[in-house]
Amino acid sequence: MKIDIILAGVGGQGILSIATIVGYAAVKRGMYMKQAEVHGMSQRGGDVQSHFRLSDQEIASDLIPMGKADMIISVEPMESLRYLPWLNPETGWLITNDQPFVNIPNYPDFDKLNAELGKLKNKVVINADKIAKDLGSARSANMVILGAASPYLGIPFEEIESAVRENFARKGEDIVNVNIACLRAGKEFAEKL
Amino acid sequence: MSKTLFLGDEAVAQAALDAGLSGVYAYPGTPSTEITEFIQNSKQGRAGEVHSIWAGNEKTAMESAIGMSYAGKRAMVCMKHVGLNVAADPFMNSSITGANGGIVVVVADDPSMHSSQDEQDSRYYAKFALIPSFEPSNQQEAYDITYAAFEFSEKYRTPVLIRLTTRLSHSRAGVERKAERPQNELHIEENPKQFILLPANARVHYRTLLGKQDSFEEESLNSPFNKYIDGADKKMGIIASGIAYNYLMENFEGGKCPYPVLKISQYPLPSKLIAKIVDECETVLVAEEGYPFIEEQVRGILNRTGNIIGRLSGALPRDGELNPNLVAKALGLPDTYGAPIPDLVVPRPPALCVGCPHIDSYNAINAAMEKYGKGKVFADIGCYTLGALPPYNAIYTTVDMGASITMAKGAADAGLRPVLAVIGDSTFTHSGMTSLLDCIYENTPVTVMILDNSTTGMTGGQDSHALGVLGEICKGLGVKEDHIHRINPLKAHHEENVAIIEKELEYEGVSVIIPTRECIQTLSRRMKKQQAAKKQ
Ligand SMILES: Cc1ncc(C[n+]2csc(CCOP(=O)(O)OP(=O)(O)O)c2C)c(N)n1
Ligand code: SF4
Repeated sequence: MKIDIILAGVGGQGILSIATIVGYAAVKRGMYMKQAEVHGMSQRGGDVQSHFRLSDQEIASDLIPMGKADMIISVEPMESLRYLPWLNPETGWLITNDQPFVNIPNYPDFDKLNAELGKLKNKVVINADKIAKDLGSARSANMVILGAASPYLGIPFEEIESAVRENFARKGEDIVNVNIACLRAGKEFAEKL
Repeated sequence: MSKTLFLGDEAVAQAALDAGLSGVYAYPGTPSTEITEFIQNSKQGRAGEVHSIWAGNEKTAMESAIGMSYAGKRAMVCMKHVGLNVAADPFMNSSITGANGGIVVVVADDPSMHSSQDEQDSRYYAKFALIPSFEPSNQQEAYDITYAAFEFSEKYRTPVLIRLTTRLSHSRAGVERKAERPQNELHIEENPKQFILLPANARVHYRTLLGKQDSFEEESLNSPFNKYIDGADKKMGIIASGIAYNYLMENFEGGKCPYPVLKISQYPLPSKLIAKIVDECETVLVAEEGYPFIEEQVRGILNRTGNIIGRLSGALPRDGELNPNLVAKALGLPDTYGAPIPDLVVPRPPALCVGCPHIDSYNAINAAMEKYGKGKVFADIGCYTLGALPPYNAIYTTVDMGASITMAKGAADAGLRPVLAVIGDSTFTHSGMTSLLDCIYENTPVTVMILDNSTTGMTGGQDSHALGVLGEICKGLGVKEDHIHRINPLKAHHEENVAIIEKELEYEGVSVIIPTRECIQTLSRRMKKQQAAKKQ
């Protein structure tokens, strides 16, 4: 089994915690993992991405070849589209938050952006911000996104759940529970589509 | 033994600790910063068993490492590629002194200039200094090479260089560790003449260094990090170094390349293996991250054989990072591509954080400079370099750490008036103090603004060496007290700040204005920590 994911977002949105959690679950299963991150200049509110690769065989490249990614997981809608050249045009899935992060003057028109997302064959477009806020933790939108991606990851949901538990354990039981709730809400949303 | 997930940088750091490191000396710089930070946060770092406090700049870092080596202990120096320009003097001369305790110089190059002003290739520096260098292809090799590099350094009594590149530094994978080795005992040579580089001694030691060259190449020939992997199809052969080896193998299921492959991770180049692949194969593709360092040596300026292809021949791009697709094209394999980026996707360049003190400094600078016209603000490297972008468009130069003050001086010498230099607090202590001294010595009419945000913001908030003492430093260097001002970069103080800048711009001498307010990022981190501490 092999899965290649592009994680996308804006510097400071916390895409790396998604990778940390999936990575933890994958490594526990004895899978190989490579994850190329972006540090430095772009972290100041610029676009950031991470190439995240899992496999039961050894992985050669730290970067995913173009056209070969199985999934784009994004916490921002325009950013999700930036990496389409990497997504497998037939079988790839795009999972993204639909809430724009506007920190540039020329951000595209929201309707046009949604229309562009609508054109894609395999997609989950979700208002993760609202779901997370309704569940009482606006900061956990990334866990909603992870939940929405979970049916396509090829890792049993319970194992992702326990990785979330593990990741937030030192922050206390309440934080763990709200993040699990967000994860589950994302999963339910994706499964209803 | 089980594997731990490490960034390439962290693998280097862990290996150094396991190999009995006594001190890391470094100045932050992307993509090398995480090496030192890992050691600072390690058990040994926190306990103070391994020195890991940041150095003032790369030159002082390199010199401290030579000193630690002199005292018999293992030292590591870490920097980004341009840092080696700053450390070049002690670096070059350390190859003549040689090492007592092991010295490993880790330099992280940044091809494609993700966070840098150039993409220079540090392998040239190692060759220039006549010392061996290593170029790991993955995180495990980054670990194994660092561990072995200290042994190598002590065996041949020479410093060695490890070259990383951005993708390896900042990519994570599982790494297996080796046994921990104790630190060396303190021991200085009985007659440590090697460290006195008087011409008479230096000539002797230079010859010693030259005498080691054959052994260095012999080591490369037998190195576990260099591999000749035979292939049945001799129409092509591939020399792949460092991380380019991964991009090559990505193109073949299960890593089964039909062509002979020479993987290089240790230099000087093993000429016997190079000859073998060039003789055996019709065409040889050289895939390397960075400059065409290997390609240039293999084909020579005459390019007599004409069958060596790579970045120089145009088979691969001359600049920028490699990736699996570029290597596929060079191999004549089909390229792959998803859908094009929709036109409505626009660039999202990095920007100053909301609430950043530099914003208010630039607003004041722009207001004060308005009447003088464009082109008179000389800046430096740090978060504040983003002042070059809209909406500020406030600065006109950024060249190297410290250049703001000295370039302003040169322009003032040429007759430009008024000139303003903008430099960060950390950049000032890195390389700005001697520049300022040049201005003071001649009483050059420059106004220097040292943006004091109490930290090294650009690289993630490391301590600044001049915390709270910038005014004293400037006074000590000789700036007149009534021309040193601390201002508070806040909207509420805009008018008075503009007035102070305007007044000093008119002064025909050296003045220093220090806008002082903490970086928003380090401030919020500090607040969170305080709150967490209160809760407990
Ligand atoms: C020779 C060299 N070393 C290191 C760097 C990496 N670097 C760029 S800016 C910077 C520090 C900036 O700190 P400061 O001057 O305080 O400005 P701030 O980012 O806090 O605004 C560093 C370490 C570099 N570009 N060149
Ligand atoms: S990190 Fe600090 S210094 Fe850099 S832009 Fe943000 S607030 Fe300003």
